[in-house]
Amino acid sequence: MDINMTLIGQTIAMIVFVWFCMKFIWPPILEAIEERQKQIEEGLAAADKGKESLVKAAAEADEIVADARKQATSILDQAHARANEIVADGKADGVKERERQLVAAKAEIEQESNRAREELRGQVSAIAIASAEKILLREIDSKAHADILGKLAQEL
Amino acid sequence: MAAESGHGPLTSDAYIQHHLQNLQVCKDEAGEWVTHCGGNFWAVNIDSMFWSVLLGLVFVILFRKVASKTSADKPGRWQAFVEIVVEIVDKSVKDTFHGKSRLIAPLALTIFVWVFLMNLMDLIPVDWIPMTAAAVGIPYMKVVPTTDVNVTFGMSFAVFFLVLFYTIRNKGLGGFVAELTLHPIAPSFKGPAIIAAPLIIAFNFVLESVALLAKPLSLSLRLFGNMFAGELIFILIALLGIWQLPLHFGWAVFHVLIVTLQAFIFMMLTIVYLSLASESH
Repeated sequence: MDINMTLIGQTIAMIVFVWFCMKFIWPPILEAIEERQKQIEEGLAAADKGKESLVKAAAEADEIVADARKQATSILDQAHARANEIVADGKADGVKERERQLVAAKAEIEQESNRAREELRGQVSAIAIASAEKILLREIDSKAHADILGKLAQEL
Repeated sequence: MAAESGHGPLTSDAYIQHHLQNLQVCKDEAGEWVTHCGGNFWAVNIDSMFWSVLLGLVFVILFRKVASKTSADKPGRWQAFVEIVVEIVDKSVKDTFHGKSRLIAPLALTIFVWVFLMNLMDLIPVDWIPMTAAAVGIPYMKVVPTTDVNVTFGMSFAVFFLVLFYTIRNKGLGGFVAELTLHPIAPSFKGPAIIAAPLIIAFNFVLESVALLAKPLSLSLRLFGNMFAGELIFILIALLGIWQLPLHFGWAVFHVLIVTLQAFIFMMLTIVYLSLASESH
């Protein structure tokens, strides 16, 4: 319990240790701590920013999807309209074509029947003449009655 | 009491005395190196110095190891632990000391860890090291440096000189003298009251000197008293034979608190004194 030189020794030891701590221990450790604190702070800020931009991107994506949906709907509508148009056009064309063909067929039939009638008329007149000839050969001179025969043939 | 050394505890009294005796060396009147130095100021407590310097080196080496390869990357476990201690000290200093000083924080860290380690020696069972020492021929071995009043006074003196240094540096010698003489009663230098001024100054000086000297005194005696009492109780428990085991454990658990608390208080008061010294009020 006596006070002695140990007191001075302890004071000197303390000065040396404190000096060493001040020179070689405290500054590097505190520097590392402060640097890490800064890094963590920056990391947190970056994470916040990332979150924010994620929200923004999600909103943008939603907008794009909505746009695309709208466009798709309009394209579909257009296609429907165009299809209807095409079908209507086709129908009209068909009707026209049918009428055209009908008219052509009617004209051909007419023509054919005229031709047949002409032929038939020729043949009938020939037959008539032949039969008349045969009859008249006996009774009349074909030359004298040619005008009458011709008139007959015309009327047949 | 020195005569019983090496022969084991004969009586409770001798046992306790033996445990409380420092290993000392000094020169006697004839110039011979002797180990019985009661009352000799030039004696040195070898055991106190040895353990205190050894523990100081433990602190310095362990912390230097971290400091030398520290980085802001992911810290290892030991680095994380050291950083926690450093941060506790740094926070305490920043909360209390508002000036700028490169010294205060390292000083606080050194005091905290060093005093903590010295106090921690108290938890080693009281007979282990003294008996091992006795086996190799060393008669006394007091292993807890903070139970030596010289050690605690040595540290508080260093703090006291720093307080004086900071006071004079921040307030000037005049400010220091004024602090000692013009408080707490302000003397008047005008009119007839000037007659009372010297009396008031003398009164202030006595009061303030006591307050100033009480700082290092209370700082060291608080630590010494706590640790000495704790050590004494460990020694008393050790005298109980087999029944010491549960008691020893209980007291050790309680003492862990005291060990940490006293180290923290010593550090905290050092910071407070130094911040008072560098703040003008």
